[in-house]
Amino acid sequence: MAKYLLIDFGSTFTKLTAVDSELGDIFASANHFTTVDTDITIGYKNALDQLSKTIGHPVVFDRVIACSSAAGGLKMAAIGLVEELTVEAAKRVCLGAGAKVDLVFSHHLNSSEVELIKTKKIDIVLLAGGSDGGNSECVLFNAKMLSEANLGIPIVYGGNKSVQDEIKAIFDNHHVNGHIVDNVMPKINQLNIKQAREKIRELFLKNIIEAKGIKKIESEIDKVVLPTPEAVLRACELLAKGYMHEPGLGEVVVVDVGGATTDLYSISEPSKRGDVILTGLEEPYAKRTVEGDLGMRYSATGILKALTKEEIMMINLEKGIDIEKEINDRNTNVSMLPKNRSEELIDRLLAEMCVYKAMNRHAGKMEEIYTPMGMVHHQTGKDLTDIEVVIGTGGVIIKSTDPKQILAKTTNVFRNDFELRPRHPKFYIDSTYSLYAMGLLSEFDPVLALKIMKKHLTQV
Amino acid sequence: MKSIVIGVIGADVHAVGNKIIDYTLTNAGYNVINIGVLSSQEDFINAAIEADAELILVSSLYGHGEIDCRGMRQKCIESGIGDIFLYVGGNIVVGKQDFSEVKQRFLQMGFNRVYPPGISIDMALNDIKNDLGE
Ligand code: B12
Repeated sequence: MAKYLLIDFGSTFTKLTAVDSELGDIFASANHFTTVDTDITIGYKNALDQLSKTIGHPVVFDRVIACSSAAGGLKMAAIGLVEELTVEAAKRVCLGAGAKVDLVFSHHLNSSEVELIKTKKIDIVLLAGGSDGGNSECVLFNAKMLSEANLGIPIVYGGNKSVQDEIKAIFDNHHVNGHIVDNVMPKINQLNIKQAREKIRELFLKNIIEAKGIKKIESEIDKVVLPTPEAVLRACELLAKGYMHEPGLGEVVVVDVGGATTDLYSISEPSKRGDVILTGLEEPYAKRTVEGDLGMRYSATGILKALTKEEIMMINLEKGIDIEKEINDRNTNVSMLPKNRSEELIDRLLAEMCVYKAMNRHAGKMEEIYTPMGMVHHQTGKDLTDIEVVIGTGGVIIKSTDPKQILAKTTNVFRNDFELRPRHPKFYIDSTYSLYAMGLLSEFDPVLALKIMKKHLTQV
Repeated sequence: MKSIVIGVIGADVHAVGNKIIDYTLTNAGYNVINIGVLSSQEDFINAAIEADAELILVSSLYGHGEIDCRGMRQKCIESGIGDIFLYVGGNIVVGKQDFSEVKQRFLQMGFNRVYPPGISIDMALNDIKNDLGE
């Protein structure tokens, strides 16, 4: 029987989860600050010592694998032609590959945009544009701009297939680390994620973790196999679908509020209604969105920006606080932990607002249009109305004294029928923070991963 | 000979005007690709790409034209025909609305010419000649 050690090299913490396949469960966990700035192995060894102490003796593991979001995670630039079409498609591919999309560009690139790719320390560029046989002039222009800039980072081309050869020649002429994959939008509104996502993952493993000083950990462990968000996405997908005889939970939504971002995952069919007209770019079954302007500390000011003057007044009046001051305090002191009940309540309020706004952007919208033939429904985005399972993960939610309050903000609190948010879901938390670990474990023992996940989800 | 794609967009089945437009434009010396009624934006765009057309002339009679036409220019751009002329006419919105506002909305969406109800295809022939030549 086997023992596995599953690791997440996170931006702040290195987390260890030890699994015993005979026991069919997690038997220990530990964490320590991530030390990627000096030497990533130090933090790992400290965490490992702690783990051995908890267990009482050192353990020999049959397999030790890791995911990573250390050193800024996987930072990508998504480039396309039209905002609603190939730009959106490129963005979805990056997010689905577990990346942080720090830059998004449309149409012809200009030199200051290319400069930003350097200053923002982007790891990989995804260049899309044009349906197959469609516009090619723009991607050719952009490929030249990117190549001439000598970025020194991999560029993945997933645009109009008709100019693949020309693009490859541009890359080769400029000695660019270029890669050609299938068009992310081969036909108008058709989304094609798979090959581009695989290529991004491959580059992450081959180049990026090396460049970030993460690869040296592979002298201590077997392998870093995924970016952390992709591990979570895989766990969610397994949890929803089940595996062979082991049933899943059905469609799920997973919420993760962090200091800098709010991440939402939905694993569900985009629409189940036959009486609606779907508009816009095709939606992925496993969808991840990341809101870089909604977070508890680094991005707390984004919450403020998303509020109207009236809303701010209402919150201050209702809660008897000065929300602007509270938010600014947290933004200047990002390591602040709530010290008393009132600070804790304010943190919860912020988390609720992050979740509410993030779901606003993640969930689809329904439009009712009166036509001479009667009412017609047009749906854009995903219909999450009959989602039955909403799961919270990440410190802010797991450690909250009232996680249900936070998770409830995913639902249709304002009873707006045109927002396709979950209606009556049950709420769970990933109380042992094991989703990432089960995403890793699912790589080689999906049934075990699924059983453990189901055991460790706590209904709230 | 310049090519023009014509058709009736969306779930619209009004076929008579479409036949007349086909007849009129053909007689005026254009190569007409008529994709008929019940045509999607993609049908128009695909036909225009294949025929190397210079104008897409959209008809909408049943009042649902605004939603049916949304995003069409963006799709043309991705499809490599971003500069193609887009016309729309027929009874493009429900009932009698202030047409200058309706027109403004369609121009915003990237249509080059927007025609109110009651404008027959003959009345638009001059515009076509001006835009395409011949
Ligand atoms: C015949 C007819 C039908 C027939 C159509 C048969 C067929 N397969 O063609 C049937 C019974 C099926 C029908 C159904 C409906 N119809 Co009807 N129908 C008409 C009617 C009476 C005549 C249409 C016609 O053939 N006109 C003759 C042709 C030559 O003119 P035309 O179509 O307008 O086209 C000319 C111009 O508009 C112009 N033009 C057209 N496109 C373009 C584009 C450009 C760029 C330019 C410059 C010019 C241009 O040039 C054309 C040729 O000169 C009109 C009323 C009317 N008098 O127009 C209503 C009318 C179009 N129908 C109407 C409605 C509401 C309907 C239904 C929704 C009714 C219902 N509730 O079921 C359904 C819709 C079905 C569907 N899915 O499309 C309304 C539309 C209202 C609106 N837009 O606000 C109208 C205007 C009646 C009304 N006053 O209420 N209809």
